[in-house]
Amino acid sequence: MKTDDLIDMLSTNVQPADTRKVARSIVLAVAVGAVAVVGLVFLAFGTRADMGHAGSLVHLVAKLVFSLAVVGLSLLYLIRLARPGGERRVSLAVVALPFVAIIALAVGVLSMVPQGHWDDVVLGDQWLECLISIPLIAVVPFAATMWAVRQHMPTDLRRAGALAGLVAGGISATGYALHCMDDSVPFVAVWYGATIVLCAAAGAHLGPKLLRW
Amino acid sequence: MHPIEPELKALMLKSIGGDDRAHRDLLNRLSGYLRGYYRGRLTRMGRSVAEAEDLVQEALMAIHTGRHTYDPAELLTPWLHAIARYKLLDYLRRTHASMRDVGLDQAEDIVAVDDRAGTESALDLGRLLTTLPERMREAIRLVKIDGLSVAEAAARSGASESAVKVNIHRGLKALAAAIARESKP
Repeated sequence: MKTDDLIDMLSTNVQPADTRKVARSIVLAVAVGAVAVVGLVFLAFGTRADMGHAGSLVHLVAKLVFSLAVVGLSLLYLIRLARPGGERRVSLAVVALPFVAIIALAVGVLSMVPQGHWDDVVLGDQWLECLISIPLIAVVPFAATMWAVRQHMPTDLRRAGALAGLVAGGISATGYALHCMDDSVPFVAVWYGATIVLCAAAGAHLGPKLLRW
Repeated sequence: MHPIEPELKALMLKSIGGDDRAHRDLLNRLSGYLRGYYRGRLTRMGRSVAEAEDLVQEALMAIHTGRHTYDPAELLTPWLHAIARYKLLDYLRRTHASMRDVGLDQAEDIVAVDDRAGTESALDLGRLLTTLPERMREAIRLVKIDGLSVAEAAARSGASESAVKVNIHRGLKALAAAIARESKP
């Protein structure tokens, strides 16, 4: 085939292209994933029993601030990374900020708790459920997000996959927080933080396979 | 910034707006740069320059179907370079070479050499089109080859205008995938 023939074909009746579509479709995919996660938590897990109390509400909001900060920052960078050459404009240090902040807070809390109670504070009642649930719930928003990112020709597949995993993990943690009764900051730092990072690692591993175009 | 950047970007913005002539002009000029880039890289790796034309066509298809991924607030050259380099690495991966063979690139390398000669790939467009589903092939033939407008093609084939547009878009993407599959030495 002559390249000129290809160009002829491509430039006959050219349609306008919408450059805002990248951000829109990724945000939409993330929103669909978030709705699915919240639905799943309501149906399969149930919300925390003490939802009505002011005290538990404060704990819930604190957890949501952390997980939503992760979602917000990583979504911002994912939208950049989804385009060809987007990796030029991404500094992953910013994405780490919520993690650094919660680890600092957790260390602060632990320093005020007698060492004998560290087990209770860190392990809570349900660390195993948290460890299994967050990555499992994240599968749904991860699939939706990866599907959207693939449409926009990312060129750094590993990092794009990692950020998609981070977004999915953050959404999943947000949903799981509606159910989870373990409220200590060290618990959230260790189990929420670690599972979200696990999702990012899985995304980085799967990115080069799933995002090829 | 490379001196050619403003000119190419202006063409790109018109092309995004749906301007046939600017789009053709853009693709023509980019094909020269892409050819220069791929021939240079392939030669440096001791590979045949004949492989370059497949890559040029793959990259042109990607640029065409992916115009929406260009952010008008950014420079065009790095976007082009990212696509060209991705296609090169993907091709080398398919043909078992690695990133080490390509080495480090600068964004401006993509417009360093303009090569307009010898522009035929080993692929047969007619045969590639037959691999597409009927409705996509028909939409592409009517609008992109016979030059009918989308409305005329819709009336002729009895589909809605948006269906014709979707079929063209999907068809071109499938064609790009077919080119990628077939372009192995």
